[in-house]
Amino acid sequence: MTGFVALYIFLIAAIAGYEIISRVPVILHTPLMSGSNFVHGIVLVGAMVAMAEARGSLEVTVGFIGVVMATSNVVGGYVSTERMLEMFKSKKENA
Amino acid sequence: MGHTSMSFAVQASYLIATLLLVLGLKQMSSPRTARNGMLFAGVGMLLATVVTFLYLPAVHRLASLPGHEGVWWHRLALILIAMAVGGVPAWWSGRRVPLTDMPQMVAIYNGLGGGAAAAIAAVEMYSGRAYLGSLEFPIIAVIGALVGALGLGGSIIAFLKLQGWMGSPRIGGRNFINAILAILLLALTVASIFPSSASYVNLSVDSLVGIFLIASLVFGILITMPIGGADMPVVISTYNACIGLAVGFEGFVLQNPAMIIAGTIVGAAGTLLTVLMARAMNRSFFNVWLSGFGDVGTATAAAGPQQAMKSMDARDAAATMAYFEDVIVVPGYGLAVAQAQHKLWEFVQMLQKRGVRVRFAIHPVAGRMPGHMSVLLAEAGVPYDLIYDLEEINSDFANADVALVIGANDVVNPAARTDKSSPIYGMPILNADQARQVLVIKRGRGAGFSGIENQLFFGANTQLVFGDAQDVISKMIQALKEL
Repeated sequence: MTGFVALYIFLIAAIAGYEIISRVPVILHTPLMSGSNFVHGIVLVGAMVAMAEARGSLEVTVGFIGVVMATSNVVGGYVSTERMLEMFKSKKENA
Repeated sequence: MGHTSMSFAVQASYLIATLLLVLGLKQMSSPRTARNGMLFAGVGMLLATVVTFLYLPAVHRLASLPGHEGVWWHRLALILIAMAVGGVPAWWSGRRVPLTDMPQMVAIYNGLGGGAAAAIAAVEMYSGRAYLGSLEFPIIAVIGALVGALGLGGSIIAFLKLQGWMGSPRIGGRNFINAILAILLLALTVASIFPSSASYVNLSVDSLVGIFLIASLVFGILITMPIGGADMPVVISTYNACIGLAVGFEGFVLQNPAMIIAGTIVGAAGTLLTVLMARAMNRSFFNVWLSGFGDVGTATAAAGPQQAMKSMDARDAAATMAYFEDVIVVPGYGLAVAQAQHKLWEFVQMLQKRGVRVRFAIHPVAGRMPGHMSVLLAEAGVPYDLIYDLEEINSDFANADVALVIGANDVVNPAARTDKSSPIYGMPILNADQARQVLVIKRGRGAGFSGIENQLFFGANTQLVFGDAQDVISKMIQALKEL
């Protein structure tokens, strides 16, 4: 993938991101912030690849820390968003 | 480059995962489909993670790495251990932490994602892979590392501040120190893009990259430290967007389209969210970052009004509301701290049974995160149609009998409309002061989170009920039962 192809992907993804969020009720701002935090947890796949290709103790150590941090991002992001959204369920049933 | 040899299965799983993540995010922006959206995103993430892991030995030829012949599974075991080390505490803390502390948890999980992006960049730089291709690769890898590490440092500070473990210390000559560090960081950034420069100053490339990452982290800490707690929503949202971008950048370095798209979408969505929030507070993005609320706030607090506050008993407050027709509730951080949302809803339902019309007015930045109050009320089971945004309800305060302010302060401070010298002048506020009567549940007599004195509390039509929101509302419920 050359710079320009990546730039096109980058451009379209940026517009998509902007459009997706442009009509969000205030009520969902916190869960959405948490949810988008979970989505950038995709960094975990990159951390795994970096760890797999790491050579030598320095690279392995940094790679290990990377996987630890990325997993926290994914798991913490999922659990906290899920907990916030659970409340919307109970609310709907009450209404 | 070694990264282009992704197998068909991995490519296909990333395509589906990306679709699920983007669709999930889209669905998360509507209350009805939000939970479904999270499920989509979760499945997408799981798919990408599992397939990546299973194909690591095949795609990245672990077995043939020098020094790893025959022990390739060690690496896989290490990855699993790392996932357990990171995942178990995150799962445990995410489950266990009370809902009021969620904002700082979001800050910290978010920061760790930035740290992971920086770690990827570091491995690519240490191994030299980041420097193999054309110049755009090191540039993007290094910028991603800078932003990721900076975001981690800043998020740690946001966490500490929201957790109440850190104030806004004023360090003498802060701007000077920051300027020096910024120049140093710029030099380190450029040097990391051209690693051969390290030899001019007798540094190994490994040390150069290490110093660069630590400097980025420290810079993130320093620029976040002076920002007041009231501006933390904007800060967390900014870091969320930045770290999304950092993930997208490292995705380019690893030639991983799922990371590029998911990261960039979060970058764009997070930027818009940040702008919306800053606009709601009538503060420019740059003002938040260059000067904290706290810096100006304490100066004006001393010159505050000297009238007396009128206090009222919780039982009298309840009786007052029971005999009126139109009550607007303005919840704030105090409600969250006291975890009084369930009691509040119970109380409101009792009022409704007596024929009182009750509505909730939500300021976009009430609490410590945008939407914080909405989430809290949702948890208690308050239906959507009772919850109103600032624009929807602000003109109704003038016709309301009672505005019940619970633990909110800056978002109802009339100084924002009238006092040009106030640091919050111009910020849209809820016009609670225009109601016929204002009842304020407040823990103490002190100023709010931003340190700015609030005229509303001294108003002729204002009565204060001092106490923890949970206690006060319990007493109010008791009083209604006895009426």
